[in-house]
Amino acid sequence: MIDAVGNPQSILLLGGTSEIGLAAVEAFASDRPLRVILAARPSARLDGAKARLEGRGCAVETLDFDALALDSHPSVIDKAFASGDVDVTIVAFGLLGDNEQAWTDVRTAVELAQVNYTAAVSVGVAVGEKLKAQGHGALVALSSVAGERARRSNFVYGSTKAGLDAFYTGLTEALRPAGVTVSIVRPGFVHTRMTEGLEPAPLSTTPEAVAEVIVDAVRGKKELVWAPAPLRFVMSALRHVPRPLFRRLPL
Amino acid sequence: MTSLPSETRTLHGWGRTAPTVASVITPRSPEDVAAAITSAGPRGIIARGLGRSYGDPAQNAGGTVLEMTGLTSIHSIDADSGRVVVDAGVSLDTLMRCALPFGLWLPVLPGTRQVTIGGAIGADIHGKAHHVVGSFGNHVETMTLVTADGSVRELTPDGPESELFWATVGGMGLTGVIVRATLVLHHVETAYFTVDTEQIDNLADLMDRQTRDDEKYAESVSWFDAVTTGEHFGRGILTRANHATIADLTPKQRRDPLKFDAPQLLTVPDLFPPGLLNTLTGKIFSEAWYRKSPTRTGAIQNITQFLHPLDIIGEWNRGYGPHGFLQYQFVVPLERGDVVRTVLERVTAAGHVSALNVLKRFGQGNRAPLSFPKPGWTLCLDIPIGPGLSALCTELDEIVLDAGGRHYLAKESRTTPEAIRRGYPRLDEWRKIRATVDPEGVFASDLARRLELI
Repeated sequence: MIDAVGNPQSILLLGGTSEIGLAAVEAFASDRPLRVILAARPSARLDGAKARLEGRGCAVETLDFDALALDSHPSVIDKAFASGDVDVTIVAFGLLGDNEQAWTDVRTAVELAQVNYTAAVSVGVAVGEKLKAQGHGALVALSSVAGERARRSNFVYGSTKAGLDAFYTGLTEALRPAGVTVSIVRPGFVHTRMTEGLEPAPLSTTPEAVAEVIVDAVRGKKELVWAPAPLRFVMSALRHVPRPLFRRLPL
Repeated sequence: MTSLPSETRTLHGWGRTAPTVASVITPRSPEDVAAAITSAGPRGIIARGLGRSYGDPAQNAGGTVLEMTGLTSIHSIDADSGRVVVDAGVSLDTLMRCALPFGLWLPVLPGTRQVTIGGAIGADIHGKAHHVVGSFGNHVETMTLVTADGSVRELTPDGPESELFWATVGGMGLTGVIVRATLVLHHVETAYFTVDTEQIDNLADLMDRQTRDDEKYAESVSWFDAVTTGEHFGRGILTRANHATIADLTPKQRRDPLKFDAPQLLTVPDLFPPGLLNTLTGKIFSEAWYRKSPTRTGAIQNITQFLHPLDIIGEWNRGYGPHGFLQYQFVVPLERGDVVRTVLERVTAAGHVSALNVLKRFGQGNRAPLSFPKPGWTLCLDIPIGPGLSALCTELDEIVLDAGGRHYLAKESRTTPEAIRRGYPRLDEWRKIRATVDPEGVFASDLARRLELI
């Protein structure tokens, strides 16, 4: 249960090696240790994340989860909810991909779409069913400002996040009557492994800062947030820039 | 058997925090209760009264909640023996209004009368008279409990199932659903109190006064100011009272000595912004509350003036705004009265504002394994939810538990299972008794899940 001051007792991180996801788990665990379920493909990085959280006093369980193995999703989610209620679920897995390759190579494009969109929908449905039965809980989906308006430099990734964003926006309404809060987080440029070597965009941020936004969204039951917050207004303006002008912007 | 109508509802406690959704059923008879229990789903079932617990004991996310306010009969009142037989959904307010004309008085009255009999037993509530009369469970002669298998049991404090009786007293509804109880009320001549009020300008003197001659009074409590710092830190008002006799009353009051004088003047609308209670308004409130009660002995006051000033205002919890608030209540052994000061200093130093601070000295506890009161000081603070509150309360928990103290489950909304295990050394004994009557874990609540009581 999430208590009166917003402390959860258990967290499921889908994308168990996501830097933003792990930073969010650590931020939740800063007040008191949690029961954590890290769902990811087995790797040294996953073991490292488990060890680090255990060092903070958390009880950590890992689940073998492959976003592309869509058929396995229901059983993974069953396992995640088998040892008790899950208070916070974070959908944090995703690929950025190389845009030039993605829009010219079918396999690359489809993989991006499957991981970022299809798999996110698949776990969203499975987790949604569990949360509905549980009658409480928070579900956080990591979207992106890239989904708010497609840009030439990043549109395949952006389109997958636009799909995810729309799905979770609807899921927010569908799960509301069941006492479940869905929070969509739209970060801008975040300094992580995924963006290593890329030129940072203005208002770039860190996983820790996004984690704070996530914690605040869960505690405050906020359904849509940007990280950092001012991006909300930047994106609102950018969405309305006419195309001839938009394509000339250095984005 | 047709199933009872149910309604999906979002429920929260009086603190307006941590809402969850459950299927709510309003039973009208013990048979309805039994039917609902035996058809409960995998998330279980819990009884709910008037929702005055601050946290989450009367919520059951994804499960069933029984709204007991549908069981409202007062079956009998015996003016001679003081025995009353009432349904669990009857409020203390209703019972008092009906029993007072017979010269009967509920010996245990908490800070509000908007509490059901079932809730009063389940939380083993206490009042300002605890040092003399103990807690609510002490005044229950028999209770009717519907257990997980749907059977109806008559329990008494010393009968064959006395263990289950005492596990139900303070058991937060997790042993079964109380549907009816026989209570033994006290006889009074009037509905008034003779009240001695003392304005005391610091905490040490306040606690010293409360220690010295509490036994002379039937009721005793102090309010103090947690905002003013310096030498007047913890200045407060000690109010102690005895039931007034006819001779104490004015001629006008004598015409109707058992008059139940408890108006509700207004209801707070649900439109208060967060942060209304801040350091400034806290200071103004504290100053006003302190000044309104100069030292005075032998004043005659009615029930609202003395016992339930907050009942004048309906839904006063809305005044804390949409983020809600929590009540932090603990008891520490008498010899650790220093904890009261330490806790207050930490709260003030952390910049949190608590306007309603109540301090009381408990008398002896009872046999119930999860009953909160035990001999010592109990302090209750109201704090609006805000940044840093979680860390502060965690720090306070350590101070309280290290001193051999514990927290009140009816107020609890944020602590850890470890804190409850430490504070209630008889928790495992209670769990065993519960397991014998509810092996499948049919009774469940958000509180029970959060604090791993079950």
